[in-house]
Amino acid sequence: MNTLNTTVTSEAEMPEENVVPVQEEKPAETVIEEGKTVGRPFADDAKFKLRNVEVFYGQDRAIKNISLDIGRNEVIAFIGPSGCGKSTFLRCLNRMNDSIDICRVKGSLNLDDQDIYDPKRDVVELRARVGMVFQKPNPFPKSIYDNVAYGPRIHGLANRKSDLDDIVENSLRKAGLWDEVKDRLDATATGMSGGQQQRLCIARAIAVSPEVVLMDEPCSALDPIATAKVEELIAELSESYTIVIVTHSMQQAARVSHRTAYFHLGHLVEVNETNKVFTSPEHELTESYITGRFG
Amino acid sequence: MQASTLLLLTFVLAVVAYGLGYSRSRALAMPLGGIRHLKSLPFYYGARAALWCIIPGLLVLGMWAAFQDKVIQMLVIGSLPAELVPDTQGRASLLLSKISNVASGALPPGFVEPPVAEAAERLKALRQQSQVYMTALVISVSVLAGFLGWLRIRPRLNARAQVEAILKWLFFACAALAILTTMGIIFSVAFETFRFFGKISFVEFFFGTNWSPQTALRADQVAAEGAFGMIPLFTGTLLISLIAMVVAVPVGLLSAIYLSEYANKRVRSTVKPLLEMLAGIPTVVYGFFAALTVAPFISDFAASLGIEASSQSALAAGSVMGIMIIPFVSSLSDDVINAVPQTLRDGSLALGATQSETMKKVIFPAALPGIMGGILLAVSRAIGETMIVVMAAGLAANLTANPLETVTTVTVQIVTLLTGDQEFDSAKTLAAFALGAMLFLATLLLNVIALKIVRKYREQYD
Repeated sequence: MNTLNTTVTSEAEMPEENVVPVQEEKPAETVIEEGKTVGRPFADDAKFKLRNVEVFYGQDRAIKNISLDIGRNEVIAFIGPSGCGKSTFLRCLNRMNDSIDICRVKGSLNLDDQDIYDPKRDVVELRARVGMVFQKPNPFPKSIYDNVAYGPRIHGLANRKSDLDDIVENSLRKAGLWDEVKDRLDATATGMSGGQQQRLCIARAIAVSPEVVLMDEPCSALDPIATAKVEELIAELSESYTIVIVTHSMQQAARVSHRTAYFHLGHLVEVNETNKVFTSPEHELTESYITGRFG
Repeated sequence: MQASTLLLLTFVLAVVAYGLGYSRSRALAMPLGGIRHLKSLPFYYGARAALWCIIPGLLVLGMWAAFQDKVIQMLVIGSLPAELVPDTQGRASLLLSKISNVASGALPPGFVEPPVAEAAERLKALRQQSQVYMTALVISVSVLAGFLGWLRIRPRLNARAQVEAILKWLFFACAALAILTTMGIIFSVAFETFRFFGKISFVEFFFGTNWSPQTALRADQVAAEGAFGMIPLFTGTLLISLIAMVVAVPVGLLSAIYLSEYANKRVRSTVKPLLEMLAGIPTVVYGFFAALTVAPFISDFAASLGIEASSQSALAAGSVMGIMIIPFVSSLSDDVINAVPQTLRDGSLALGATQSETMKKVIFPAALPGIMGGILLAVSRAIGETMIVVMAAGLAANLTANPLETVTTVTVQIVTLLTGDQEFDSAKTLAAFALGAMLFLATLLLNVIALKIVRKYREQYD
């Protein structure tokens, strides 16, 4: 059900971008029609409504006319080869691209029907609603308690010390970390293991009660056991949060997500129910990627 | 030939040896089927020949230059008639300088005794002779050694290993030179300091609150008994350094924060070099700025408020010194702040913190140890600074905490103790060495602490 039939097929404008340079055995004539996404990119109950999104780094067009809905309380995975723009697209959702001088975002991006990129929009409020977990665990060089309490403190979420204690405990419990750290909340967070650090970062993100959690390859720096724990956590969190996860691991996407979006060279090629993407992909590029022919 | 000309000639010989070694190795390689049958590249054979040529040459030249004066002097003294031979070392050096003055033409021969004039002639002749011998010896040693080196070139010779080994020793020698110089300075200062404490007691120096280093030059002179209490000097140093840091730390730190977190690339690339230019201004220029502009302004301003202020003040010197130190603080802090990983910034921003909250609560605490290290380095710079204080803070050793009064610092007193004609074994001049040693220890301690802190901080992220 491809409802989007926007604009140009830009054969004439930029032929070299439409011919996808993949590996030898792949016939070079695979053409991505710009702005045309196969599968099911739209949702009935959309948290994010993203239309005709383009991102430029200087003259470089990193995201090419992408339209996508992200549903309420859904887990959507972004997959695709390196440099396909999935992280860039993710960082548009809480305006983390703002800190890059040369980056410009075009198109309409709405969170609950409010424009994310409205110049009058308060980024602080947006980021309190759309939390983020990064590729490398990045706990602050403070105590475990202070890490989790950081967000609630700057947003004034707790009036009393006991309120703050509750928030910290709840967040750590949700992140499945409470039992491991409850006796050493004053210990410095950088001394924890990588997996614990990443779960602490997740606890830190959910401590401000966001509605959406963005995860940029949250397990790429973790060992398999820690990864399993984080994935378990994602499944639990999906009951109360909308989760967008960028991942390089197709097994991970298959395990944790409801829908999967396949990105290729800045295009959004295919979006569909995860089991459909992995069992019967509609686009041949998606098929090549998930069968491991490139990427 | 002059030693300098000879030095140049040795280098020319080395270049020739290089060329010969290079071409000989190639010539040896050709019948074998090219230079890949050599153990090393032709460059190394050339370099080896050059080193063989230049090192013995330079060694001989250096030894000769070091010992020729002593040997010539002994010969000259030995040839004097018995009644003129000096009995003490002081007289010997007086006589020798007389002889060499006659020899160089500064003193007409008619003014001195005939044996001295003869000795001067002999000195001249010996010097000429010595130069001829030296030239001959150095050239022949260089040529011979170079020839031997050239002759021993074989395709199986590992010239590269030899050249690398020699270069390693050369680098070691350069490093050792720097260390030995420092050791030499330390020992000479320590030696004079011990002599000082032979004259003045520890207690007076470390706990005396009165500094007036006037001693009698002659035994029968009527003069004030000197007072050597270092406390007013160290408090003066601390007062001025404190004022300097009060100026430099906030300004430097905040500008570092602006530059690293807020300024865009264009502003940063122009402002940072401009700020660092402050460090390139000679301190004497700061000094007259302090003395002619800032100090009068401060005393006028204080007078208009009804406060008494002297025309030279700790405040004037300290504030100008603070401006001078700004780039130290800002540049080091900027580096440290930039070294804080971007992921920490992202993490904080993604939680909805503003830029200033991120700075205050995440970046600054993470960078604090490094910033402290930078500040301590700036403090040791402030303690060692002399010129501005000489010009703007005065010379009177007041024991005061009032920044509007004139004070003096350790470095300034060292300068005044050692300038002009001085008797070198009086307590007055030796006091300069004692002060220097104390200052050295203080800044050394600060530097060690600063480096420790900086290193500890580095380990945190690598």
